[in-house]
Amino acid sequence: MWRVGLVFGAVACFLSLAGLVEALHARWVVDGWVSAGQVLLGSLLVGAGAVSARRARTPGVGRIGAGLVAGATAGATLGLLVWLSRQVDLRSVFVNASPTLLQLLSAGRAPDEAWLGWTLLGIVLGGLGAGAAAAPRRAVGPLATGLGTAVGLALFQELVLLVLQPEGLAPVRDWLFVAGGGPTVQGAAVVFAVATGGASVWQAVRARPSRVAVLPPRVARAVWVGVGLAALAALPVAGGPFVAQVLVIVGLYTLMGLGLNLEVGLAGLLDLGFVAFFAIGAYTVGLLTSVGEHGIAHWSFWAAVPVAVLVSLVAGVVLGIPVLGIRGDYLAIATLGFGEIVRLLVLSDALRPWVGGSQGVLAIPKPVLAGFEFSGPQHLYYLTVVASAVVAFVAWRLQDSRLGRAWMAIREDEDVAEALGINLVSVKLLAYGLGAAFAGMGGAIFAVMVGSVFPHSFQLLISIQVVALIIVGGMGSIPGVLVGSLILIGLPELLREFGEFRFLVYGVALVAMMLLRPEGLLPAAAQRRELRALEEGAEPVAVAAQEAVVEGGL
Amino acid sequence: MTRRLNFVDAFLWAFRLMVVAVVVWGTVGTLRLGRYTGEQWMDFVVFGLAQGGIYALIALGYTMVYGILRMINFAHGEVFMSGAYTAYFVAAPLAASGFLNRHPILSLLLLVAVAAAVSLGVAVLVERVAYRPLRRAPRLVPLITAIGASFFLQYAFRGLYGSGFKAYPEFELFKGEWQVLGVGILRTQAVVLVSAAVLMFALYQFVMRTKVGKAMRAVSEDKDAAALMGIDVDRIIVLTFAIGGAAAGAAGILYALVFKQVHFFMGFVPGIKAFTSAVLGGIGNIPGAMLGGLFLGVVESVGPALFLDGLGIRAPYQLKDVIAFTMLVMVLIFRPQGILGERLAAKRA
Repeated sequence: MWRVGLVFGAVACFLSLAGLVEALHARWVVDGWVSAGQVLLGSLLVGAGAVSARRARTPGVGRIGAGLVAGATAGATLGLLVWLSRQVDLRSVFVNASPTLLQLLSAGRAPDEAWLGWTLLGIVLGGLGAGAAAAPRRAVGPLATGLGTAVGLALFQELVLLVLQPEGLAPVRDWLFVAGGGPTVQGAAVVFAVATGGASVWQAVRARPSRVAVLPPRVARAVWVGVGLAALAALPVAGGPFVAQVLVIVGLYTLMGLGLNLEVGLAGLLDLGFVAFFAIGAYTVGLLTSVGEHGIAHWSFWAAVPVAVLVSLVAGVVLGIPVLGIRGDYLAIATLGFGEIVRLLVLSDALRPWVGGSQGVLAIPKPVLAGFEFSGPQHLYYLTVVASAVVAFVAWRLQDSRLGRAWMAIREDEDVAEALGINLVSVKLLAYGLGAAFAGMGGAIFAVMVGSVFPHSFQLLISIQVVALIIVGGMGSIPGVLVGSLILIGLPELLREFGEFRFLVYGVALVAMMLLRPEGLLPAAAQRRELRALEEGAEPVAVAAQEAVVEGGL
Repeated sequence: MTRRLNFVDAFLWAFRLMVVAVVVWGTVGTLRLGRYTGEQWMDFVVFGLAQGGIYALIALGYTMVYGILRMINFAHGEVFMSGAYTAYFVAAPLAASGFLNRHPILSLLLLVAVAAAVSLGVAVLVERVAYRPLRRAPRLVPLITAIGASFFLQYAFRGLYGSGFKAYPEFELFKGEWQVLGVGILRTQAVVLVSAAVLMFALYQFVMRTKVGKAMRAVSEDKDAAALMGIDVDRIIVLTFAIGGAAAGAAGILYALVFKQVHFFMGFVPGIKAFTSAVLGGIGNIPGAMLGGLFLGVVESVGPALFLDGLGIRAPYQLKDVIAFTMLVMVLIFRPQGILGERLAAKRA
């Protein structure tokens, strides 16, 4: 249990020194009372208590004791950091060990006082966490939802303020938020209460054994789809250009995600050079439509898009042919190599006369349809939504087609698939080609969104982001792609202030998803069945084998 | 089946011929132009060897881990970075106090020790958190956690130490050239080459001569049989990560000696190149990784001048990494078992 505490304490120290705590400290959760940074540190202490209580073998009081010890250890570890910061100049090594951070951590007290304070706080919060872990889910769940909503209100404050902008809503605004500050005490309290109440009501409704369907399922579904579509259409109007811009970016990643999903999710071909096709789509549109120096055709956007999609498709096939015979992790590295080669070539002086080198292709006009110019993000949003919808429809139809089933077969076992008469060459090339075509479509929209194309927009980072969003959403699941890109792309874009920490979160998300929920947040049905079968059926074998290894080791 | 594959084969042959044509044509062109003197070629080769030594040291980690777990430790490049970056915070005060230039050899050893220790710690931590719980998961799963770990490490170091380049202090002793057999060799490069050779030799002896090394080889042959022989497999795996990590950390200091700066993203490209070296030499094969590293280093150093200059390509040095990546892709496509043709190739699939 003290080890759990130590781990949580170390995580708290790391997050403090990495600057996340200080960045969050700038946000009030309750104005003048608690900041988001303090909430983060506190929740780590609570987490230490909860995890250690869960792991404790003895029931009842022993669990609470474990929580107390873990909380105390975690608190003491943080206290140690405070003490250390007084002894040596941490800032000479850790750039984020700023006076503000140290002020926050020590609360202006002397080091040994701060140390004692953290330990005591750790005991209290650790005990709280242990209590929460021991208490029935029914009671803790709504409370957690309430707390989460209150923190969310603070983090997405600007968004909420944006919605409350109209003059008529000024009283609500002033009641919820301190002008120029965070949520007011009564605002946070009411939001917390409403969310908690709502969550418990929802829980009660769901728990009722006999749910009478008000509407036949088909109608209910149609209503939901209608509501969803209306919300989709209204979002950029309600949220303004900033929200629209974020949604366009989410849409572009969704396009790429849908493409890569064909390769990774369905066919099991991990492609780390995927951004190359996004780049090829963007450059094709750029070169064909640009009115600047590098433009070659001055086409309209609508004529260039099909060409861009086609060029990407061909590129996908051409880069797919050489890697046909490579599997698994070697494939990932080989595609990564291709992606980097494309980027380096575009960046180099050797190709500068044609694609503009590091300065890129400039002056790409916005698309014009029947006299209407898609100028701002609010217009491009609709373009992106339509493109994503078309692509999602194609992906959805492909998924259950003969081709989709062939992809899934080669994902499971290439040799068996081949023995069943699946032509590996054409099936794989179709996966590469179609995946690349989807990404090319995204690239085309990206080109007109930015109005210029640079090689620096096409880093490996993007490929990894797309892989991450597929993993988080659930491999092979189309709604999962949307959910993944909303969470991994949309949230960080909205929380611009904490933008530099997003990649840290991606790394953690990739590892954590694989460890805790390998099927993703919204898994495809087949994947879910399979993993469940694996858990039930295959587990004993694995455990037995592991035991054999352990015994052998003794 | 063979008839269908023909078109793919033709494509691959065209690809091969194209690369060969570029190499031959470029070489002939360059030699005809005679833009470089023999001494310059010599410099290219020595620089390539020094760089190759660094790649080889990193490649050891890839190859040993692959030999045992059949997985690519994608985060190994970041293990390399973490040591060099952390050791900077030892090197800077040493240089400021003048100790660095009063006792250069001692300082260098100290820095190598610090970097190796940090990299070792990071490597073991990554194994514990991201790989061990997934030992029996499908193949793609540990690769994805490895990518996650690599990403996390990059941005963790960025968060802790900042996003800028840090200029590594220079050793006065290693400035200038040494005359070896009538050829002037930059001292840094000589130091790097010798250190890399010593470290590799030591590692090789460790793996081949000690009992632990024998256990490591046994585990890479057959995990279950090794366990039956009384070898603690998990301990050996941790040890493998530790040794690979330490070698990468030492390589980090050598890298800092040559390039004189560190950065949170510095691990990525050397990591990929070291992986290329490991595959070139036949993954799982320790002497192969060393040879592969040296070979890649030399090709990459000589390549832009030799192959590309003759084609009249502008600024061929920008394409240095393209050459390395092309080699990576080609070796993965055409000879995944590597130059030395390790038996592993038949097993992996």
